[in-house]
Amino acid sequence: MALLTVKNLTKSFGGLTAVSDVNMQIEEGELVGLIGPNGAGKTTLFNLLTGVYEPTTGKVILNTHGKEREIQGKKPYNICGEGIARTFQNIRLFKELSVLDNVRIAMHQRVGYNMMDAFLHTPKYVKEEERMIKEAEELLDIFHLSHKKFEKAKNLPYGEQRHLEIVRAMATKPDLLLLDEPAAGMNPNETAALTETIAQLRRDFGLTILLIEHDMSLVMKICERIYVLNYGQMLAKGTPDEIRNNKQVIEAYLGEER
Amino acid sequence: MDVRQSRKKNTVITLVLALGSFAIVQGLIMAGMIRSYQMVTVATICINIILAAGLNLVTGFTGQFSLGHAGFMAIGAYVCAILTLRDGSMGSFFIGTILGAVMAALCGVLIGIPTLRLKGDYLAIATLGFAEIIRIFAQNLVITGGAAGLSGIPKFTNWPMLWAFTVVTLILIIAFIKSSHGRACIAIREDEIAAESMGINTTKYKVMAFAIGAFFAGVGGALYASTFYILKPTTFGFMKSIDILMVVVLGGMGSMTGTVIAAAVLAIITMLLQSFSELRMVLYAIMLVAIMLFRPQGLMGDRELSVPGFIKKRQKKAPKAE
Ligand SMILES: Nc1ncnc2c1ncn2[C@@H]1O[C@H](COP(=O)(O)OP(=O)(O)OP(=O)(O)O)[C@@H](O)[C@H]1O
Ligand SMILES: [Mg+2]
Repeated sequence: MALLTVKNLTKSFGGLTAVSDVNMQIEEGELVGLIGPNGAGKTTLFNLLTGVYEPTTGKVILNTHGKEREIQGKKPYNICGEGIARTFQNIRLFKELSVLDNVRIAMHQRVGYNMMDAFLHTPKYVKEEERMIKEAEELLDIFHLSHKKFEKAKNLPYGEQRHLEIVRAMATKPDLLLLDEPAAGMNPNETAALTETIAQLRRDFGLTILLIEHDMSLVMKICERIYVLNYGQMLAKGTPDEIRNNKQVIEAYLGEER
Repeated sequence: MDVRQSRKKNTVITLVLALGSFAIVQGLIMAGMIRSYQMVTVATICINIILAAGLNLVTGFTGQFSLGHAGFMAIGAYVCAILTLRDGSMGSFFIGTILGAVMAALCGVLIGIPTLRLKGDYLAIATLGFAEIIRIFAQNLVITGGAAGLSGIPKFTNWPMLWAFTVVTLILIIAFIKSSHGRACIAIREDEIAAESMGINTTKYKVMAFAIGAFFAGVGGALYASTFYILKPTTFGFMKSIDILMVVVLGGMGSMTGTVIAAAVLAIITMLLQSFSELRMVLYAIMLVAIMLFRPQGLMGDRELSVPGFIKKRQKKAPKAE
């Protein structure tokens, strides 16, 4: 069975159905794109997958480590523990905290000491803290952020904040990584570099990735398959070539000039 | 960054500050400059540091606005008072302090689980309500002496003991803040949705912070009972919670250094204005307004005494290492 299966997922906000009867399957190791015009419901779908919203109806089934379970309606921290991590479209870093702390917080769910060790700074605490710092630095190295580890997150340039979002998500050791517009606000050079890094991340960590992106150069280049949402409904799915030539998709994007 | 090295450094700083503060006050006592009248202020400073350090963990670090701290303090105070009135030994004082603190912490868990789902104003009102319930219990139970309260509580606290309790409280709370658990609490303050999405059970850590804060409020209450002989339900009213909150806000939400400084400053102001107690409240109000206008982050913001120099040095070192 696929790593992630979404069955008839629907979310209504009062009268507005932001996600409507969506079906989706993502295989292990795939890099899948999710595109669609503004307000199509892409971020809402991410919020449903990660437990920020509870779905009105439908199922989300995760299948990792030989275990299959339904995760819809679970709390975000449980879903994170199950191996799904995400970034946020409107950056949600812990702004006042250091780059290092941002990453270490995401490692907390696997921390190997208890509350008493925390109070007494036992040898176990020291060992674990050293391990966390080392691992955090390794992750930060991916985006060449290690030397900024003591800077406050809010003082990073915009592009680096987006990178830190990805590092933080990686620190939870996910099987499935959800990226919400990782290239938003970046120039073509930065986007090209990010495209490379995402592909490399998948290879090095054996990740499965689902990404929302408006920048078609990125999506068409690295995604094996693409899903298209429009007005909350799944309009089309297929390879980049199929999507490029799909009449309905072209119509949905007409006048958007992207 | 070397965890061991920074731990060693912090140990040295802690020792210097702790022993330094002890030596200064002890010196003033021996020089006759702190007599029993001023000693009341010293005791108040210690107790307020303990109370406010716990509240700062809840409000400053975890971002949960609580107005019920006096309730937890009352639990510690009455438990310790009742025990030492039955058996006036040093042993029962210590047992009473621990028991009072544990009971306060348990109440913190019980109150925290339902109320910490609430946000901002609602949480403030709920915790305020809780403290009032405790006060009304104290006012009506026989064991707490009703409205008259309890008096003649044996005194076991002295300067070295108050100092030791204060230092241990600060060391434990600061250690907690500098742990992964403490960072989980701070993450909640920074962005609750992001914290949850990064795997942090926010309710659990809010309740944990709340229980720890309540525990130390219980300790502070027990020390209060033993220091001031008398307990009255009115002592633990709304204004007591405000007093403690004032220390946290003035010192800076999220700065333990600020809490210590503010506790000292406020107690000394109170001492100087002893004969004008109405004036004290006016001054408090003016100070609160002035802080909100000119320095909303408090005296220290979220900085600590030892941190800035420490970070600067590290930053200079870091690029070279690569
Ligand atoms: N919490 C909410 N309450 C009410 N309506 C909401 C809520 N969240 C999203 N919506 C609505 O759902 C629809 C889909 O929004 P969503 O953010 O998922 O779009 P999107 O595809 O991510 O768009 P964009 O490309 O602009 O990020 C929008 O009409 C939005 O206004
Ligand atoms: Mg969106």
